[in-house]
Amino acid sequence: MNLKRKWNTNAHGPMQIRLGHVPSDEAMNPESQEGESSRLRTVLASVERLAAPIFLLPAVLALLFLSVFPLIASLYASLTRFKIAKGGFSLAFVGLDNYKKLFLGSERTHFLGSFAPSTAATWIVFGLVVITLTIFLARYLSNARVRRAGSGLIGRILLVLGLGTLAWVFTHTLWNGGRLGTVTVTIVYVFVGIFFQYILGLMLAMLTVQNLPGRRFFRVVFLLPMMITPVGVAYMFRMLTDTSKGPFTPIWQAMGLTDFSWVNNAWGARTAILIADIWQWTPFMFIVLVAALESQPVEPLEAATVDGANHWQIFRYITWPAILPVSMTLILIRLIEAFKIIDLPNVMTNGGPGTATQSLTYHAFINWRALDVGGSAAVAYMLLFLVTFFSMIFVNLIRQQTVEKL
Amino acid sequence: MVRHWFQSKSYNTPSPVGKVLSYLILGFWTLLILFPLYWLVITSFKISSQVAEGPFYIPFVDFKPSLDAWKYILVGDLSNDTLRTFRNTLIVAPTSALLALMLGSTASYALVRFEYRPRVGAILTFIGCVGLSILAIYFGVPWQIAVAVAIVVFFIVLLTIGRRFKRALGNNDIAFWMISQRMLPPIAVVIPIYILFQRLHLLDTYTALIITYVASNLPIVIWLMRDYIDTIPIELEECASIDGASRFRIFWSIVLPLAIPGLVATFLFVLVFTWNEYLLALFLSSANSQTLPLVIAGQNATRGPQWWNMSVLILIMIIPVIVIAIILERYITRGLLIGAVKG
Repeated sequence: MNLKRKWNTNAHGPMQIRLGHVPSDEAMNPESQEGESSRLRTVLASVERLAAPIFLLPAVLALLFLSVFPLIASLYASLTRFKIAKGGFSLAFVGLDNYKKLFLGSERTHFLGSFAPSTAATWIVFGLVVITLTIFLARYLSNARVRRAGSGLIGRILLVLGLGTLAWVFTHTLWNGGRLGTVTVTIVYVFVGIFFQYILGLMLAMLTVQNLPGRRFFRVVFLLPMMITPVGVAYMFRMLTDTSKGPFTPIWQAMGLTDFSWVNNAWGARTAILIADIWQWTPFMFIVLVAALESQPVEPLEAATVDGANHWQIFRYITWPAILPVSMTLILIRLIEAFKIIDLPNVMTNGGPGTATQSLTYHAFINWRALDVGGSAAVAYMLLFLVTFFSMIFVNLIRQQTVEKL
Repeated sequence: MVRHWFQSKSYNTPSPVGKVLSYLILGFWTLLILFPLYWLVITSFKISSQVAEGPFYIPFVDFKPSLDAWKYILVGDLSNDTLRTFRNTLIVAPTSALLALMLGSTASYALVRFEYRPRVGAILTFIGCVGLSILAIYFGVPWQIAVAVAIVVFFIVLLTIGRRFKRALGNNDIAFWMISQRMLPPIAVVIPIYILFQRLHLLDTYTALIITYVASNLPIVIWLMRDYIDTIPIELEECASIDGASRFRIFWSIVLPLAIPGLVATFLFVLVFTWNEYLLALFLSSANSQTLPLVIAGQNATRGPQWWNMSVLILIMIIPVIVIAIILERYITRGLLIGAVKG
């Protein structure tokens, strides 16, 4: 690794740029020339000194004005209500009204789902989750030498509360007549999708990494679905899954399902979207895992084969620990992208029967289309909280893994 | 003899049985990927009756292919719409990818080579002043006054209070901030951006789309180029600087030419992203600057199950991306884009 990455301080010009403090630098001001060219050189020298900010500033400004400020403005918008006023519109401040509507008010069934009465199964599953979380928290408290409330403890308490609430919502909306809301549907899309994408990607990667003739062809072909426009993929799958005109019609006919329209069935529609999602994003996992598998050092593998280990043992003790860090980063990246899913629900099912396949972005979009700017921003912020929540969990998991290694 | 089928020659070469199994599974997945595309292609050669009567699989055997749909989309009634949106996408996507590449590569070069230590106090003051000026503009103060006052206030606060806070951030913090912008769901920022462009009368123009795409793809460019520039040895630049080249000259004449493979790979990558982008275009463009994904989603609403026409549209949209993807695969196997993920 090239340790010397930064410019040598003694060589050329100022290295530490502090905002508001520009050090004078004799080395850049040659004294011996005549007045005119010396003035030109001074100008060039000061431009040179400003090189560092000039390189970075356009990017910083672009991100600031189109990412950070809109985010803050969105936060403000989520606390207002949109009203059509003279000469345009106005945003009237209403406090946490929009959020209350999402959690307690009229948007509750849309957002969280309609809650069903608890059954025995509900209590069992929820109880298991609570017990796991309590054990987790108790282990942390007894293990670490933490007596006061540090950031670690607060973080873990937030984690437990968040996961507990999600478990409560899930167990009450999944069965017994409850209906999933956009939050739970999005979480289903993300986690079920990632699970299958990872497993399929890993399996395909392990097969492709082998010394097979023609694997270059497989790699090119496997890469394709990821690059195809999601809107195109959505429509393509809509054509494919039609039960009366699609290519699989003979199969459906044999199974007696020709009159069954998956579009009208909540879980059928969700499964179709999941299939399209998995089809499209497995290549992403595949590509990164192929690179990771190929960059493993060869010696342990050869040594293990000489020692007589079979494939499963090699995988479990050598390959898996080697690709674990890359896998977690990969899953984190895919997790962040997956929460934003909008193309598939929009084009494949238009939100599904009722609101059954709507994701959070779709929910925000239709709020905006109905001119409920405040509600749209509120849903968008809840999505942001959700993404941050899960990303923090994963980042901490990754950090734990790397720390444990050391 | 049978045992020979199950023996592998080395740890990486599978046994004959293993080979057959591998090819079976890989071949099955290839079929899974190529079959939808094949279906798309043959559907574009069908007419409405051939679609409605059930699935036909092989042209010239099951059904008679016809160029009707292609004629309709490219030459007939829909051609204006199609060609216009294709031209829009063709203008917006490469331009924004190029701009993002320019801004991002200069920024990532700076983050790798220079050492920044912006103080926390200065940053907060800057953000505070800009925020205040925006608030003032929103409440009706003419923008010249608001900006001037904000600049004055900024410098005053900076030189007095700002100096007190010694704590400074480093390069990695700046890089982390830029890359973490990717974590932002675009839906959370699109509404204020919509209002901003509406106030500037830039809605439904190329400019709005290009600016927004540049900002949303900057994190990716910085992420990918940072690792790539790291691999360029610094000695070259030091030699050049000893010879008297300015930093701009060094960047332009030495670093950029060396970084061309990485630049091309990143450009193509970002091009795919901007070509496929749907949500921002949905909000920011309506009639004049519509891009292809928008047209397809829109046709979906009005035309519904006219699969033959839709197939042509979708093929027009995805064929360039498939070509780019095949070119990109070479860069990916060279590890150009994956190195960033491992980091």
